[in-house]
Amino acid sequence: MLDRRDFIKAQAVATAAAAGGISVPAFAQSSMVAGEDAQLKWSKAPCRFCGTGCGVMVATKDNRVVATHGDMQAEVNRGLNCVKGYFLSKIMYGQDRLTQPLMRMRDGKYHKEGEFYPVSWDQAFDEMARQWKRILKEKGPDAVGMFGSGQWTIWEGYAASKLMRAGFRTNNLDPNARHCMASAAVSFIRTFGMDEPMGCYDDFEHADAFVLWGSNMAEMHPILWTRVTDRRLAHKHVKVAVLSTFEHRSYELADIPMTFHPGTDLVILNFIANHIIQTGRVNREFVEKHCNFRMGQKDIGYGLRPEHVLEVRAANAKEAAASTPSSFEEFARFVSDYTVEKASEVSGVPKERLLALAELYADPKTKVMSLWTMGFNQHVRGVWANHMVYNIHLLTGKISEPGNSPFSLTGQPSACGTAREVGTFAHRLPADMQVANPEHRKYVEKGWKLPPGLLPSKIGYHAVLMDRMLKDGKLNAFWIMVNNNLQAAPNSDNETYQGYRNPNNFIVVSDAYPTVTASAADLILPAAMWVEKEGAYGNAERRTHFWHQLVTAPGEARSDLWQLMEFSKRFTTDEVWPKETLDANPDYRGKTLFDVLFKNGNVDRYPLSEINPDYENREAKAFGFYVQKGLFEEYAEFGRGHGHDLAPFDTYHQVRGLRWPVVEGKETLWRYREGLDPYVKAGEGVKFYGNPDGKAVLFAFPYEPPAESPDKEFDLWLVTGRVLEHWHSGSMTMRVPELYKAMPMALCFMHPDDAKARGLRRGSEVKVVSRRGEMITRVETRGRNKPPRGVVFVPWFDSARLINKVTLDATDPISKQTDFKKCAVKIVAA
Amino acid sequence: MRSYMLVALAALPCLVPALLSAQGTGPARVDSPFRPPVQFTDEAPAPQIPADVTNDRRVARNYPDQPPVIPHNIRDYQVSLNNNQCLTCHSRKYVEGSQAPMISITHYIDRDGQTLGAVAPRRYFCTQCHVPQTTAQPLVPNTFQDVDSLITRPSDGGDRK
Repeated sequence: MLDRRDFIKAQAVATAAAAGGISVPAFAQSSMVAGEDAQLKWSKAPCRFCGTGCGVMVATKDNRVVATHGDMQAEVNRGLNCVKGYFLSKIMYGQDRLTQPLMRMRDGKYHKEGEFYPVSWDQAFDEMARQWKRILKEKGPDAVGMFGSGQWTIWEGYAASKLMRAGFRTNNLDPNARHCMASAAVSFIRTFGMDEPMGCYDDFEHADAFVLWGSNMAEMHPILWTRVTDRRLAHKHVKVAVLSTFEHRSYELADIPMTFHPGTDLVILNFIANHIIQTGRVNREFVEKHCNFRMGQKDIGYGLRPEHVLEVRAANAKEAAASTPSSFEEFARFVSDYTVEKASEVSGVPKERLLALAELYADPKTKVMSLWTMGFNQHVRGVWANHMVYNIHLLTGKISEPGNSPFSLTGQPSACGTAREVGTFAHRLPADMQVANPEHRKYVEKGWKLPPGLLPSKIGYHAVLMDRMLKDGKLNAFWIMVNNNLQAAPNSDNETYQGYRNPNNFIVVSDAYPTVTASAADLILPAAMWVEKEGAYGNAERRTHFWHQLVTAPGEARSDLWQLMEFSKRFTTDEVWPKETLDANPDYRGKTLFDVLFKNGNVDRYPLSEINPDYENREAKAFGFYVQKGLFEEYAEFGRGHGHDLAPFDTYHQVRGLRWPVVEGKETLWRYREGLDPYVKAGEGVKFYGNPDGKAVLFAFPYEPPAESPDKEFDLWLVTGRVLEHWHSGSMTMRVPELYKAMPMALCFMHPDDAKARGLRRGSEVKVVSRRGEMITRVETRGRNKPPRGVVFVPWFDSARLINKVTLDATDPISKQTDFKKCAVKIVAA
Repeated sequence: MRSYMLVALAALPCLVPALLSAQGTGPARVDSPFRPPVQFTDEAPAPQIPADVTNDRRVARNYPDQPPVIPHNIRDYQVSLNNNQCLTCHSRKYVEGSQAPMISITHYIDRDGQTLGAVAPRRYFCTQCHVPQTTAQPLVPNTFQDVDSLITRPSDGGDRK
């Protein structure tokens, strides 16, 4: 090693050499750069990763991103980023960026078993359109589908929704957000009649207690965790309770740590409701004025294939979402079984801790914020778990005011903005409207300037069902955008890969990097990412935020928006719409889908002159109008005046995001309460106006066991999840050397005694085996995750070791979201 | 010349797998570069868990606001409600004894922009931003260029074709 003295000597030699005109290494050149050379162009953008939605300042020079830092002016993070956010600068520069379309070919023609050859965009779209048209003709709209993302920008998701529903006339459109927070979204609608949280991140500075329900915020929402930490350490009365099935980094801040047996959170939740009732701490006035009660359906199955024994055996698998009217008294009787003794026995959590937890909710003086993500949502009873946490907030009236906040965190940067608000789910339309509702379809047809009756009413395939239908050959033309589903989907060897390679299917993947999903596709389309395009995201607190295109994408990579709109030009209405519709509306004849969907007088309303001249906008230039603005304004009209009000497009380029509803230029921090929410009139107090009677609904549900539990042969619980350093499947962060070196492989975290009992120790090579498949990795018995005996944790970011070959494709029967947290495995030496 | 140059060479990814570039007209292999060249349905043996980098050598930052990586082992470091072991070397009062770098002055500033007399609570959990490094060699080269290299070299205009 060079020591300090040697280094100074070397520098002196180099400087002298430079003075003599001799070339020297870069590191020895003049240390002072000033004037124009040192100037960087700084612009705002939201972070590309999780649902927190941190603001980032991005520096560019010579069409490259050269630095990023936390945006001091962003309310969410005020100058901080997590380690992933701090390395955003490098995510676009992995050397293997996809820069040309690639198609499987043999003898110069598309062939399912061919090798990938570079093709032009025209060749790519020609083949894709040929396949789409053939399949539409042979099988109809049910055989085409698209799997999108909570990482789509708002207008990309919106354009996809138009293309699939109105263009191809199918609701076979679902986002990867289905794997992520479908349970939360479904429960919001069932409880409040409207999606998304009533509170916001300002609750962090007002709460006296934080309860983490199965969420590891320290790793998965690090910047929100800094706000919890700030509150806890600066205010001594504040308490933090952490519930999980294994000990992790969030326990470092816990006053009340609780490790429970997988799936038994339901028992703890019902116990808390019972405790509130038994100790006389129900907020009677609130409950009487603002709540209804319903009795939920029991024995609802596990969302497996219908012929699976667990579905056949379940009494109510077909009417899982049903419920009947009920009363407070009936609810109280229902939860009275859930005593502290029972809760402790079933969950394994000591009684004193359960009582301390219950008191955080029961004590009227404690403002409590409940936080959850995948622990609740990736749960075969995820909808129930979400309802149960609303139950305890509603019983106590601890809701819709600063600090009292049941808060559903989201995993992806635009899970709320694109998946939920735009409505890219198989059952949804913009602004909480539903495809199955004829009034809603009519309203959307009008907004989109389409012939009446065009939009399909049949709910499309959800994520897991898409994979099953691909495998079964019923879904044949499939486009995957901004996600890596072959790595993310459950039971992937049996249920996902088979469908992608099914000879009847044509699979298209748009991505920036060669993922495992791309490598299983038939056509790969190179995508522009993040600040290579103008974008908008919506974060977990209803904040909509925008960014400009700051650099151009490499090679021929193009944004998903360009891809969707360009592809729409290859279809005419005569090819894809029913004859009756065209006969009744002859004006639509002979037009391309591009004409009727995007050149409809709305989307093409804003000229190029409205674009900020300081920034490039490739899509606008390609189509000749300000596409993003046109799409956004058409979309925003659906929510304005209906509780989802978005501000004018241009405003969002000025501000660091705004939380909807934005009424008369003002954002809304807390919904449903007079004085805080402009939709609640004077004298109404609290009004859950999403429901016609203005009341929220409490549901009574029992505890039911997970789909698969450990037994003699498969004797351990497998929990999967994420890590701080990597974003989801790692396709971006594994290409950042510092993040790769920090966390290069997915290990199997297990209790040292469980390892010992199997003749294993730290570093042993093992197979993680389930009834469905296996993966090979090494044992980790120390470090950040400390599972109790009987539980192992394996993250899913590592494409070299695919834990989702092992997981079970059981879903919540109501939300259709997969339970990635509970299945049975054995660990054997490899 | 046991210098930075050797270190730099060693850091170059020598293990770039058989991912052929998608340029040109010949067939291109498309595999996740992190995955050994096996079928999706096959699983490959797992490499050893890589060792931690413990050389205590500071690593240059890619840009001024990048949190420096940790060049030493932090196994069993306690950071809890009661104790933060990182600060027993890196806080202002201990750096004279430890000769460790002092935490950045930004770490004394709270959410409202006030400079505190101690580390701001929101900065308490160090590993949210600062991560140790293992000896694992990156499998995909990253072509990020820092500002200095753009200033001292002729610009390619961002052309990454």
